[in-house]
Amino acid sequence: MKKFLAILLILFLFLTACSNEIKSITLATTTSTQDSGLLDYLLPYFEKDTGIKVKVIAKGTGEALEIGKRGDADCLLVHSKAKEIDFINQGYGVKRYEVMYNDFVIVGPKDDPAKVKDNASDDPIKAFELIYKSNSKFISRGDESGTHQKEKDIWKKANIEPKWKNYIVTGLGMGQVLNMANEKNAYTLTDRGTYLSMKDKVELNVLCEKNSVLINQYSLIMLNPEKINFRQHEAKIFIDWMISERGQKLIGEFGKEKYGQSLFIPNAGR
Amino acid sequence: MELTQIVLTSLFVSTTATLIASIISLIIGIPFSINRFKYKNNILRITDTLMSIPPVLMGLVVFMLLSKKGPLGHYNLLFTPTAMILAQTLLVLPIIFNLIVKQIQHSAVKIQKTCIMLGGRSFDILILIIKECKNEIITAITTGFSRAISEVGAVIMVGGNIKGYTRVMTTYIALETNKGNFEGAIKIGIILLLISFGINTLLHLLKGRDTNEYIY
Repeated sequence: MKKFLAILLILFLFLTACSNEIKSITLATTTSTQDSGLLDYLLPYFEKDTGIKVKVIAKGTGEALEIGKRGDADCLLVHSKAKEIDFINQGYGVKRYEVMYNDFVIVGPKDDPAKVKDNASDDPIKAFELIYKSNSKFISRGDESGTHQKEKDIWKKANIEPKWKNYIVTGLGMGQVLNMANEKNAYTLTDRGTYLSMKDKVELNVLCEKNSVLINQYSLIMLNPEKINFRQHEAKIFIDWMISERGQKLIGEFGKEKYGQSLFIPNAGR
Repeated sequence: MELTQIVLTSLFVSTTATLIASIISLIIGIPFSINRFKYKNNILRITDTLMSIPPVLMGLVVFMLLSKKGPLGHYNLLFTPTAMILAQTLLVLPIIFNLIVKQIQHSAVKIQKTCIMLGGRSFDILILIIKECKNEIITAITTGFSRAISEVGAVIMVGGNIKGYTRVMTTYIALETNKGNFEGAIKIGIILLLISFGINTLLHLLKGRDTNEYIY
């Protein structure tokens, strides 16, 4: 009986904890900021500084923007410049704040059947051509995420319609796609952060990197209060904190200890 | 601790949903099973279909309902545990309802007749049927609960898998698998199994002796 009462008490406490609405905002963001562990690292500092709790919903950039349009989030952290500008032009957002960047890399199996490493280690467009011509396996996110946008962008630049037998379109998050590429010995385009955080678990090598085409810019979007009903005040505090000296410094430090390099390079106001 | 909270959220959401669905099923299901009326079979066929509705579809429906652009938008319920409870309740309601109606139909009519003969009122009949058909009802509830606690599609959609708030065992497994952390995923998976086992055992203990035992 005592145990039963204890369980009831826990449930009751839990209920009250749920209903007790402290100041909070909902942040719709991309899977990469969550999967890489950046937000898990950053948000406790923000909560300590401001007392505002951030609830993170991690989806692809496309879906995050849709959630923003519907007014189901208070702030957006996304990475697809063209889509963001489109979003603002449609009147859903007021301003985008560039906050940090990292870069995309093309990863693939160790034996590298398309010889990307030898012939196109810094040219993503040529790398995609090689993969296409050698009929190698390539896994696409296929989910309108920022990474998928970038991939489509590169295919377009290479003048290739990505439709061949070994072009696999999934609809999974970045981490899952890396797992799949690992299992299937396939190539894929990934952001460096997610790749580094999973490096020990997959047998994929970086084959092509360091090209301006591969820059991956993340921005925060301030929604338009005239069109969407959201927690404007708290959202502004969050954006200000992220682009503040402290926020930027913390972002720059993330991952240094574990991976020997920053996963995201802060560049707000630059 | 994070894991404890995930387990508690899971239990809280699924038990609440099962509880609500069970109460509704009992209140509607028992009169439904003992009365004869037009369209009864049609309604049963609809609930039959709803029993196998994919959780993601239910998630989508509840998402559209609760989103700020939806009819219930101004309650701000999307991405909260309440939204998850709502989705799971709708998901398990047809299951529990259907199983109860189909299992107790025959004995319930007999009990009703006996009860009327002895001068019982409708409330007495309801209570007596619940008492007599305890085993069948518990089986129905157990089935509903199993569906609720193991479901991922609907809760990830309407809950948003928010850390420390709407993250439950199944969405945690999905996320950790996504990150390639199979160890953590398996750990929670085992906890999930153990909890299901515990609750099933508990409900089994509540059951009376199986009447079939006397036949042999």
